[in-house]
Amino acid sequence: MSVAGVVFYIFALTVLAGGVFTVVSRNPVHSVLWLITAFIGATGLFVLMGAEFLAMLLMIVYVGAVAVLFLFVVMMLDIDFAELKAGMAKYLPIALLIGVILLIELAMIFGTWVAADGVTLLARPEAGEIANTEALGRVVYTEYLLLFQLAGLVLLVAMIGAIVLTMRHRKDIKRQNVVMQMQRDPKAAIKLVDVKPGQGL
Amino acid sequence: MYEFFTTTNLGIALLILGQVLLIVVPLLVALAFLLWADRKVWAAVQLRKGPNVVGAFGLLQSFADFIKYVLKEIVVPAGADKFVFFLAPMTSLVLALVAWAVIPFNDGWVVADINVAILFIFAVSSLEVYGVIMGGWASNSKYPFLGSLRSAAQMISYEVSIGLIIIGVILSTGSMNLTAIVHAQEGAGLFSWYWIPHFPMVILFIISAHAETNRPPFDLPEAESELVAGYQVEYSSTPFLLYMIGEYVAITLMTALISILFFGGWLSPIPGLPDGILWLFLKMAFFWFVFMMTKSVVPRYRYDQLMRIGWKVFLPLSLAWVVLVAFFAQYGAFWGTYARWTTGG
Repeated sequence: MSVAGVVFYIFALTVLAGGVFTVVSRNPVHSVLWLITAFIGATGLFVLMGAEFLAMLLMIVYVGAVAVLFLFVVMMLDIDFAELKAGMAKYLPIALLIGVILLIELAMIFGTWVAADGVTLLARPEAGEIANTEALGRVVYTEYLLLFQLAGLVLLVAMIGAIVLTMRHRKDIKRQNVVMQMQRDPKAAIKLVDVKPGQGL
Repeated sequence: MYEFFTTTNLGIALLILGQVLLIVVPLLVALAFLLWADRKVWAAVQLRKGPNVVGAFGLLQSFADFIKYVLKEIVVPAGADKFVFFLAPMTSLVLALVAWAVIPFNDGWVVADINVAILFIFAVSSLEVYGVIMGGWASNSKYPFLGSLRSAAQMISYEVSIGLIIIGVILSTGSMNLTAIVHAQEGAGLFSWYWIPHFPMVILFIISAHAETNRPPFDLPEAESELVAGYQVEYSSTPFLLYMIGEYVAITLMTALISILFFGGWLSPIPGLPDGILWLFLKMAFFWFVFMMTKSVVPRYRYDQLMRIGWKVFLPLSLAWVVLVAFFAQYGAFWGTYARWTTGG
């Protein structure tokens, strides 16, 4: 077996083990850590396919940001493990059903996927051609610019929606105005008084 | 012999191992003296002598400390998650070291000359937060947990502006390879480096680097006046040593990154002089000195001030800068200074 083959099996096993332990871990924090392991394994698989830009993106976005938020939430929540375990047996059939349906759908997609004549399906541009990042950039920012912009608009709307839904205006709290604090002049704020003994102010 | 090291699997593996050792061993030895210098500079600012007993001028102090850390007993708190507790400091150190794989020390002197080098460094440094979070959580104690929560928020906040500043440099170069970024800065010595066209961002980057590596004045995850020592409270002996080395390796990496992105890496500042690895070391040493001086001169920020600077000052500024640089690069403003790939830089 070639070196790439050995490395492939190592990463593939990492992803699978990460996925399995994410589900079966008793501790939710361990679950998230196993999920991160699975992500890192997937990063390795991307690199092996020659899609180095996607690999780094997966690492930065999912492992570096999304999983940190997961971990954050899971650590803050007070989770009753016994209750969670009880729920697992109840929902297992439904979860299995969803999993099987997804698997069948994937099989149907890949089984019927036919590439057009003269087109080869590749995860990356041919060696010697433009780099991976450049190829992706060309597709996203030049060929499908309009679709990309529209997707951006949808995300913007979602973001504004999330902010509007969670924003509360509270009138009874004091807020700092940093600019005002920095503009304060000691001459205007401090007054030196010579207090005579026995008289007070 | 040459055949063996370039064609057979074993040869290539041995070659890479040798290269890794060639980076890690000098780095760790240099770290011992950087730690000593850090303490000396700090002491000098406060009119103290600093370490001066072990060896001449206290030069061997770090090695004495190292022996002390290794020989002490490892204390594991009751109720700690043992596996994660020990995994955390190891993650911290390993991630800090892994990023060095893509740092070019001289033209072609790099272990992994990959296309997306800068993204790799960014990805690895975004993982470094896990060492802190896992350590804080696994300690099963209040102060470490609060420290790790702070750290998670802080590191994510400043990563955003670091990423945007890096995008400006990538736009100017047209490549994410660090060697290409240095080559794009060739020309009229120190005046063709990126620190002039990207001037305001250099300062933002240095400040963000302080926040990203939890260095004072942004050392809130371990603020000893509020959190005792933050996520490190429960760590002792070798695990603590791993955390500390990881932190210092990360800072050294940041100095290397500042030198490469904005100050021409191994290029010499004066056109006539030969380029070389010494210039990179000199620049890194200078930025280390900046880090040391900041630590000793600037008081610690309050947490809300830190967050305000990150999200309300740095983020809009760097975002606006990306738009501006993209505009300059596209239309070749300032004789192509912002679009080095068009001028053959």
